[in-house]
Amino acid sequence: MTRTLWGSTVGKKTVMAVTGLIMLGYLVVHMLGNLKIFFGSDEFNGYAHWLRTLGEPFLHYEWALWIVRVVLLAAVVLHGVSAYQLSRRDIRARPSKYVHKRRRASYATRTMRWGGIILGLFIVWHLLDLTTLTVNENAQPGRPYENVVATFSTPYGNAVYLTAMLALGLHIRHGFWSAAQTLGAGSVRRDRALKTAANGLALVLTVGFISVPVAVMTGVVS
Amino acid sequence: MKLRLRVWRQKNADAPGAMVTYEVDGISRDMSFLEMLDTLNEELILRGEEPVAFDHDCREGICGACSLVINGDAHGPERTTTCQLHMRSFEDGDTIDVEPWRASAFPVVKDLVVDRSAFDRIIQAGGYISVPTGSAPEAHATPVPKADADAAFEHAECIGCGACVAACPNGSAMLFTSAKINHLNVLPQGGPERETRVLDMVAAMDEEGFGGCTLTGECATACPKGIPLPSITTMNREWLRATRKVKR
Ligand code: HEM
Ligand code: SF4
Ligand code: FES
Repeated sequence: MTRTLWGSTVGKKTVMAVTGLIMLGYLVVHMLGNLKIFFGSDEFNGYAHWLRTLGEPFLHYEWALWIVRVVLLAAVVLHGVSAYQLSRRDIRARPSKYVHKRRRASYATRTMRWGGIILGLFIVWHLLDLTTLTVNENAQPGRPYENVVATFSTPYGNAVYLTAMLALGLHIRHGFWSAAQTLGAGSVRRDRALKTAANGLALVLTVGFISVPVAVMTGVVS
Repeated sequence: MKLRLRVWRQKNADAPGAMVTYEVDGISRDMSFLEMLDTLNEELILRGEEPVAFDHDCREGICGACSLVINGDAHGPERTTTCQLHMRSFEDGDTIDVEPWRASAFPVVKDLVVDRSAFDRIIQAGGYISVPTGSAPEAHATPVPKADADAAFEHAECIGCGACVAACPNGSAMLFTSAKINHLNVLPQGGPERETRVLDMVAAMDEEGFGGCTLTGECATACPKGIPLPSITTMNREWLRATRKVKR
């Protein structure tokens, strides 16, 4: 019988919850870092350079960054694989639908799978755009401020980013509260607090991330 | 009352099924939903047609046998069992859709009857306690704090009807399994198997092909006994605790 972490539905959901929370933690820091763009090119680019020197002299140049990247890659892969496997199982467990349809569950709950796929595609595009600069036409290495402005000066750059951030907000709204239940941290008494925290985190992250393209669009950052 | 029923008819497990429309007249508002179906079946028998097969036993809301999805809701519009649902919850002239529980772990046997023996196998995997044989133990030999007794009782209310599975978009049996596990795990009598119970019952649940939990909450909304959604959280906590403690 399957009593292991990866073999059990409860265990696999635990993997999703832990990797989801790791990514969530990263996103909070990432969003706060992005806000430095409001202090101008020198400060933002300086911050980006500092990230590469983080941990020196104990760590070599860029090592801290690479550690974070490896952890995030592992998290996103584990999260995506368990989401895929659990979803496949869920769909197989309920093959025939009811003839009489009725509305079910909240929007955030119903969009976890599609929202997750949107986030997965966004992560790939985002890396090609601002990390490897492959799809960013006017990009220059080492000048992240100018590259961000370049991205958000294109309509498709804004559209992709805004869609993904709305999807992120919904994903976290259901995801954060869900993760608490999966990890056994929820209770009747704590439910209100957890739901409020989930909504708060979703709102703060979405607004924080979206403020950057909005600032470029309105000319506050240029 | 006069009603139009659309009922799922399926000859056997392998035959394809379909919704069939019937008209029933002379239904009293005080009839239970099952009595209304009895009325339909009497007419069908008189007409020489095959009556509609559906599960029922106690007809007083305690056995968990009755199991109909009525207008898309497991056990219909009220929070009760199908046998305790009365026709006053409907209006004269209504069209009512009646379907069986839907889940691949609950295959249709005939018409509205599904095979719920998967639940029995989950119980067999750990829904028991080890008891010493001999004469009955002294009632106060094992003190149980009031709060624990209440929690155990709340979960013991589960009648194993399967409405939670029927309502869940993933066909998940987490609410049922959590009720059965929590009922015994909070009591000192359940202590000796506390870890193996949760690990084995969750494994049995997975093996039966039920889906996983996405915390949609449809199960707790449908449950006629009010087993709450946080029961699943408690089971998850027990599972993680057992995983840390038990060596495989
Ligand atoms: C690779 C892209 C992603 C995919 C395919 C994906 C997919 C999913 C799916 C299908 C679920 C389960 C939904 C449910 O229970 O109904 C889920 C849950 C979750 N996701 Fe994601 N997601 C992705 C990215 C992210 C990101 C970037 C975060 C970071 C904030 C995140 C955080 C969470 C959390 C915290 C949960 C809750 C876990 C639980 O229910 O215990 N996900 N994800
Ligand atoms: S948890 Fe509720 S809905 Fe599920 S089997 Fe038990 S009584 Fe029925
Ligand atoms: S027939 Fe026993 S609960 Fe409905």
